Amino acid sequence: MSAVEAAAVRSGKAQDGAAEAIHVENLHKKFGQLHVLKGVSLSARDGEVIAIIGGSGSGKSTLLRCINCLENPTSGIIRVNGEEIKLRADSHGHTVPADRRQIERIRSKLGMVFQNFNLWSHMTLIENVIEVPVHVLGVKRDEAIAQAEKLLARVGLAEKRDVYPAYLSGGQQQRAAIARALAINPRVMLFDEPTSALDPELVGEVLKVIGDLAREGRTMVLVTHEMKFAREVATHVVYLYNGLVEEEGPPEQIFGAPKSERLKQFIRNIG
Amino acid sequence: MAGEAAIINTAARASLWLQPHRIVLILIALGLVLSAAFFMRWDWLPQYWEMGLMGIWRALWILAVTCALGFLIAVPVGLAQAAGSIWVAAPAKVFCTIIRGTPLLLQLWLLYYGLGSLFPQYPWIRDSWMWPYLRQAWPYGVLALTLSFAGYEGEVMRGAFAGVPKGQLEAARAFGMSRWKIFRRIWLPQAFYRALPTLTGEAVLQLKSTPLVATISVIDIFAVAGKVRQDTYLTYEPLLLLALIYMAITGILVLALSRIEARIPVKVG
Repeated sequence: MSAVEAAAVRSGKAQDGAAEAIHVENLHKKFGQLHVLKGVSLSARDGEVIAIIGGSGSGKSTLLRCINCLENPTSGIIRVNGEEIKLRADSHGHTVPADRRQIERIRSKLGMVFQNFNLWSHMTLIENVIEVPVHVLGVKRDEAIAQAEKLLARVGLAEKRDVYPAYLSGGQQQRAAIARALAINPRVMLFDEPTSALDPELVGEVLKVIGDLAREGRTMVLVTHEMKFAREVATHVVYLYNGLVEEEGPPEQIFGAPKSERLKQFIRNIG
Repeated sequence: MAGEAAIINTAARASLWLQPHRIVLILIALGLVLSAAFFMRWDWLPQYWEMGLMGIWRALWILAVTCALGFLIAVPVGLAQAAGSIWVAAPAKVFCTIIRGTPLLLQLWLLYYGLGSLFPQYPWIRDSWMWPYLRQAWPYGVLALTLSFAGYEGEVMRGAFAGVPKGQLEAARAFGMSRWKIFRRIWLPQAFYRALPTLTGEAVLQLKSTPLVATISVIDIFAVAGKVRQDTYLTYEPLLLLALIYMAITGILVLALSRIEARIPVKVG
């Protein structure tokens, strides 16, 4: 994709025709008595970068984790690639994925990056990156290694391929985690506060990698506290407050001319 | 040049290692060995060494088999307690508590003199293919030692499974791994590496539990030493040699397992 096209995608002109990669409708999530999500809807078309912002406890991480059923939603509709995740009630009355195969297949198309990296500590970086392609997607080992080497080079960790995660800085671990997520050739990348666990001086290197991905037109859903970054890379910003979408729109509008009083205050406090 | 440097290096390291206090200790040890060799009676050795080797071999395979089988049982026992529902966790817990709460000798005798004496009363057991095994002593020894190892290791594995960071299992889930794959690729390897230092210790303890099978007429190296004592009326010689043999096996065992441990350069957790 050329830079012009990428820019067009980012500015929203190419989006109307693009397929919907993620569709969330009227999502509710309760943890016991605690009603965390109270009917949230969200949509990500191909090439869009959706930034989810909000204060702590607003439900933004829960929303992201519901998309691949790491948290099971209490009710609502989730479609990935147009395919609706089948849910059913288990014997305790909790909603769980009805079809294990389906949810595993869908998950293998969503590249998730966690706040705490969650690299597998008994594997070197290259082993971390090839693990899912080889053992879930059935890619041949040498092909997977060749691709993994490219991805590690891309996030600036080519020479660390045989190093165990414990010997790396947080920023390096998070970049490796991004390479691991890219290795499955994901339809959508999901970022759950990818820089929140990092020392301040390491945030930049990780944001740069994520920014590059956004600029080349990769579809992403990003939960973040980095407002400047969200404004820079997002095509659409969703502000969550107390389990509901308080306001959403293009970044210029959300950060430049917020309508909601709460959003104004949130931006003032954080900026 | 490189070879020369290596030789010099080795020589330098040897001279560093050979410090005065170490030399004195080596001389004392040599003196002990020599005085044992010259002032004690070893003329029985040619007659018994073949039997002794058999005994060592028997002790070694009992150790290897019971550790391996015991570990295989310990994995589900640990997993049931770490992640299972109450219906599997409770029996596993009870199993570990009973095994760890009673003497191994008691378990061994209950199996051999208790269970073993029940079997002959049932004709269908005596007619089955198992009978040639069930009428011997060693299966009861292997069973008791296996269950004992499983009981102690089950507890170790419970902690090891529970100690694997939840986030890493969640990452595996998020990438679409099936439950079995998560267990095989992520959970079990990490639990095993965590348990390995403890496993080494338990294997050494297991070695020193193997002489108990001598009490149910399995002729291991311990029983051979007893036989020498009975036949020759010598007390110290066979027992000292026995101590040396167990120490040598322990040394080899610890060395081998620490090699395996060293191959895992992971700071797990």
